Amino acid sequence: MALFLLGRPSDLPLAKDPSSRFLAWITALMVFLAALALAGAMVVSDMARRWDNGLAGGLTVQIAPLPGAPVAPLDERVEAALTVLRAAPGVRTATALDAAATARLLEPWLGPEAGDPLLPMPRLIDVATDGPVDVPGLTLRLKSAAPGATLDDHAVWLADLRAFAGAVHLAALGVVGLIGGAGVMTVVFSVRAGLAIHRHVVELLHLMGATDRYVSRQFETHVVGLTLRGGLIGLLLAVAALAGTLRASQELRASLLPDLALAPWQWAALALVPLAAALLARMTARWTVLRTLESLP
Amino acid sequence: MIRFENVGLRYGTESEVLRDISFTLPPGSFHFMTGASGAGKSSLLKLMYLAHRPSRGLITLFGRDMARVTRAELPEMRRQIGVVFQDFALLDHLSALDNVALPLRMGGAPEADTVAHCTEILRWVGLGNHLHAKPSTLSGGQQQRVAIARSVINRPRLLLADEPTGNVDDGIGMRLLYLFEELHKLGTTVVIATHNEALIRRFDHPHLHLDNGRLQVVPARNPRWG
Ligand SMILES: Nc1ncnc2c1ncn2[C@@H]1O[C@H](COP(=O)(O)OP(=O)(O)OP(=O)(O)O)[C@@H](O)[C@H]1O
Ligand SMILES: [Mg+2]
Repeated sequence: MALFLLGRPSDLPLAKDPSSRFLAWITALMVFLAALALAGAMVVSDMARRWDNGLAGGLTVQIAPLPGAPVAPLDERVEAALTVLRAAPGVRTATALDAAATARLLEPWLGPEAGDPLLPMPRLIDVATDGPVDVPGLTLRLKSAAPGATLDDHAVWLADLRAFAGAVHLAALGVVGLIGGAGVMTVVFSVRAGLAIHRHVVELLHLMGATDRYVSRQFETHVVGLTLRGGLIGLLLAVAALAGTLRASQELRASLLPDLALAPWQWAALALVPLAAALLARMTARWTVLRTLESLP
Repeated sequence: MIRFENVGLRYGTESEVLRDISFTLPPGSFHFMTGASGAGKSSLLKLMYLAHRPSRGLITLFGRDMARVTRAELPEMRRQIGVVFQDFALLDHLSALDNVALPLRMGGAPEADTVAHCTEILRWVGLGNHLHAKPSTLSGGQQQRVAIARSVINRPRLLLADEPTGNVDDGIGMRLLYLFEELHKLGTTVVIATHNEALIRRFDHPHLHLDNGRLQVVPARNPRWG
C-alpha cells in the first residue's frame, strides 16, 4: 500500500512543463546566493562581537618620541604617564610595552626594520579599565605630565566598526529578503503558467468534484519536490564555496582579518535555507492556485 | 432529484440551443435522451452536471436551487454525479486504473481499497489486461469503457452518460447498459443520451426527446412508475 502511495502519479502532468526544470535551477541559484549572504551576515556579526569583547574594556596611551624638542627623555615621560594613569579612577592596570614588544606590534606595517633602534618609535601603554573613565580630563592631565602623549579610547573607531558591521549585516539580510521575493515571484509565474497550460485538466477535475484545495495540493507537491531538489544543489555549492573561502582566510599569514569561521549551529542554520525555500514555495503555490481559481466562474 | 423550469441556454450571443426546457426526474428514475445530432443533448447534460449555468430558468438539483449554490458548495454536489463525457475526457498521462481512481481519490478513499475496487470494475468492463495502459494506447471503445468505469466507481446518486455506447459493438453496449441498470437498481438516477435504437428498444425506459432545442418527455411503453 505504501508503494501505491509513493507511486501515485499527480493528476496534473506538471513534471513535463518547461517551467519545471527552470524552477529547480533558479531555486538552486537563489539558495546558493541566500546561503552565502546569510553566512556573510553571521561572520560579520561574530566579528563585531569579538571586537566589542576584546577592546571595549581598554585604552591605549601613545607617547611620541619628539626628538629635538625641549622635553624630558621618553622613558621619564612614560613613567610620568604611568603615575597619572594609575592614580586615575576607573583604571585597573597600566602597563608600558617595552621597545621590543612595540616593534613586534608594528612589524606587520613596518616590516622587520621596526626593531631598528634608529627609528624613532613611540612608546605604548596598555590600560585596562574596570569602570567609567573621564577621558577628556585624563587626556589633559596626561598632556601636562607627559608632553607628546595621546589617549586613544578605541571608542571612535570601535563605533565606526560597529556601524560598518551593522550595515553589512543589514545589507546581507536585505539580499536574503530580495532573493526570497524573487523566489516568490518565480513560483507565482510558474504556477500561473501551469494552471494556464493545464486549464482543461483543471476544469475536468473540477467537474469531477475536485475542490480548489485538491488542485492546489497537486501544485504544492510539485513545487516542493522541485525546490527541495534545486535547493539542495544550491546548498551544496554554497557550502563548498564557504569552506573554500574560510580555509583560504585561515591560510593568510599576518592576516588583518580576525579568524573567519562558522560555528556548527551556523552551518545548521545554512542547511535550513533549502527547507525554508521549499516551505515558502509551497505557501506561494497554494496561495496562487487558490487565488487564481477563485476568480473562475 | 432534478427539476428544470423554463430553462434556456445560449452560447455567447447566438440564439438559444435549449429553449423553455421543463421536466422533473424523480429519484431512482432511468431515462434515455434522444434527438438528432446537434439537437442539444450534450448541452442539456452539461447543465445537469453543472458545467454551465443556464441563461435563464430555474434548475433544482438534489433539492437545491442552483442559482443559490455557492462556488464552494459545488465540489460536494459534483462528487455525487457520475459523468461519461462524449469525448471521454480521460487524462492522457494517467493509466486506465489511475483515471478510474480519480473520483475515489478526490473523495479521500483509502488507497488499498481504491486499487482493489478499480481493478475489479475494469475487469468487469473487459479491461483486466489493460489496467496500466495509457488511454492513447487504447482503442476508442476501450477508452469509452474506462470513462464508464470512472463514472460509476463511486456509486453516484446521479449518473449522466453522453453516448456511452457510441464506440462499441452492440454486445459490449448491452453489457455496459447492464452496468447502468445495476447502478439504477442500487438507487442511482440515470440519464443516458444515445442514438442506439437497439438499446432503447431492449431496455424499456422513458425518453427525454430533444428536437430543435425543445424537450418532450416520451413515457415508457410499460410505465413502472407514474
Ligand atoms: N461550446 C459551444 N459553443 C458554441 N456553440 C456550441 C457549444 N457547444 C455546443 N454548441 C452548439 O449547440 C448546439 C447543440 O450542441 P450539442 O453538443 O448539445 O448537440 P448534441 O445533441 O449533443 O449533438 P451530438 O448528437 O452530435 O452529440 C449545436 O448547434 C452546437 O453547435
Ligand atoms: Mg453530444
